[in-house]
Amino acid sequence: MPELRDLYQEVILEHSKAPRNYKEPAHTNHKAEGYNPLCGDRFTVYLEMDGDVVKDIGFQGAGCAISKASASMMTQTVKGKTKAEAQKIFRQFHDLVTGHGHATEAELGKLAVFSGVSEFPVRVKCATLAWHTLEAALEGQQEKVSTE
Amino acid sequence: MSTSVAEVVAGLDVEKIRADFPILHNKVRGHELVYLDNAATTQKPQSVIDAIVGYYESSNANIHRGVHYLSEKATEDFEQTRQAVQRFVNAAEAREIIFVRGTTEAINLVAQSFGRANVGAGDEVVITAMEHHSNIVPWQMLCEEKGAKLRVAPINDRGELILEEYAKLLTPRTKLAAIAHVSNALGTINPVKKMIAMAHAQRIPVLVDGAQAVPHLAVNVRDLDCDFYAFSAHKMYGPTGIGALYGKAALLEAMPPYQGGGDMISSVTFEKTTYNKLPHKFEAGTPDMGGVAGWRAAIEFMNGIGVARIAAHEHDLLEYATEIVGQLPGVRLIGTAKDKASVLSFVLEEVHPHDIGTILDQQGIAVRTGHHCAQPVMERFHIPATVRASFAVYNTRAEIDALARGIRRVQEVFA
Repeated sequence: MPELRDLYQEVILEHSKAPRNYKEPAHTNHKAEGYNPLCGDRFTVYLEMDGDVVKDIGFQGAGCAISKASASMMTQTVKGKTKAEAQKIFRQFHDLVTGHGHATEAELGKLAVFSGVSEFPVRVKCATLAWHTLEAALEGQQEKVSTE
Repeated sequence: MSTSVAEVVAGLDVEKIRADFPILHNKVRGHELVYLDNAATTQKPQSVIDAIVGYYESSNANIHRGVHYLSEKATEDFEQTRQAVQRFVNAAEAREIIFVRGTTEAINLVAQSFGRANVGAGDEVVITAMEHHSNIVPWQMLCEEKGAKLRVAPINDRGELILEEYAKLLTPRTKLAAIAHVSNALGTINPVKKMIAMAHAQRIPVLVDGAQAVPHLAVNVRDLDCDFYAFSAHKMYGPTGIGALYGKAALLEAMPPYQGGGDMISSVTFEKTTYNKLPHKFEAGTPDMGGVAGWRAAIEFMNGIGVARIAAHEHDLLEYATEIVGQLPGVRLIGTAKDKASVLSFVLEEVHPHDIGTILDQQGIAVRTGHHCAQPVMERFHIPATVRASFAVYNTRAEIDALARGIRRVQEVFA
């Protein structure tokens, strides 16, 4: 049986209470809004792209602990990465939370704390909302993305 | 689980009732199931399950068609359930009961048939701010098609309808008022009899969404004098996929058919079709006969206990839950109307309802978290979602104690 602490790890709870990069960077040149109509989670992801590189990133919005912590840790992870690197991490992260993971802890780094999500299928959308929104922002989409 | 004093006073043997519900004896995630999501759907007693199985084992045949034994038997059973539903809501005639898939389809039937025939450009349809999406969207679709306007009567901070504002919206332009009897998100019981009289004073017909009322209140459509009443079997211990629209015969007679097909016609040629009489005019196609059989058993189940006793028991549970959960630190109750039925909606400081739902689920406690298909209600209270515990006849005070312990566990995790 899945354990609650596998899902609500200390790191996740801490990020949900004090999210990092919770801001709109001054030189934002890409942004996208993400929405999960099922639970009402709503985030905006802001990017300052320097060519192909994520020079700065921030997010704002409201959601559950899982979605907020995921958004917070995502901003830390992809800052300074290229678009292709960020997309690759998202694919690995997606595999991790859906239980199809082959990525090693070394590759995923701190994001490995989200492995417990795979035991809670209804919460996968919470963990991936910010990432889907990031993907839309990287692609330069201005439209709202939805997990539904 | 122990039986409380109030349960004895109400004369209900809750343990005996629980024994009739096989699903309540399942373990969920290693815990005894505490099922508090009854406003979404209630569990089914053995008698309802048996009636559905029995129908397929011994009565199955298409109705209103064959001259053979089984078809006659199926038709008779089907029409007897119509009479049982008629008596359950005290309609004057059985032909005023139209079988549909559920409340949503009943409302859509009225919107598409009565609405399209009677609502035109510049007209208005009045609803309330506490409606379920199923009593919003069909009217929006109609208004968009016809160039009509949807007007919304507001609610106050307790989640009660503001009657003076509702009164102001009733004008010569209003072609219909569509109002919830009981709010699914807040539990508020609307003063529908008064609201109907107010509308009727201006010759405005009224549809009542009774999905959340029929499990908890004795509904008497003739006393209410409503023109339409929509309700579902599955929220009153019956099967999913079956419900009814009650409509006054004169109104239903004047309405065009909703769907075309078999059963709703008297004769068909390629030149002209003559429609069948009520209620068949609105029942195109082979209906859910197994569901209808199950519904009859559900009505018998409720009548066997007595709706008044069910209501008294649930009222006790709601009062107890309001006290026990309401006093927990950080809990804010959403929906504190004076007149409520069976719904305790709340939010917890600093913890999102979705996280609360997951942690309660780990303890075997089923609640609903989200916007409850009532997003305008969430906006009214400036929240994205709530946790909703909703009660049925088989719930106990011990289960509410379990809910309170569960909420404290949530607070420990997030401490």
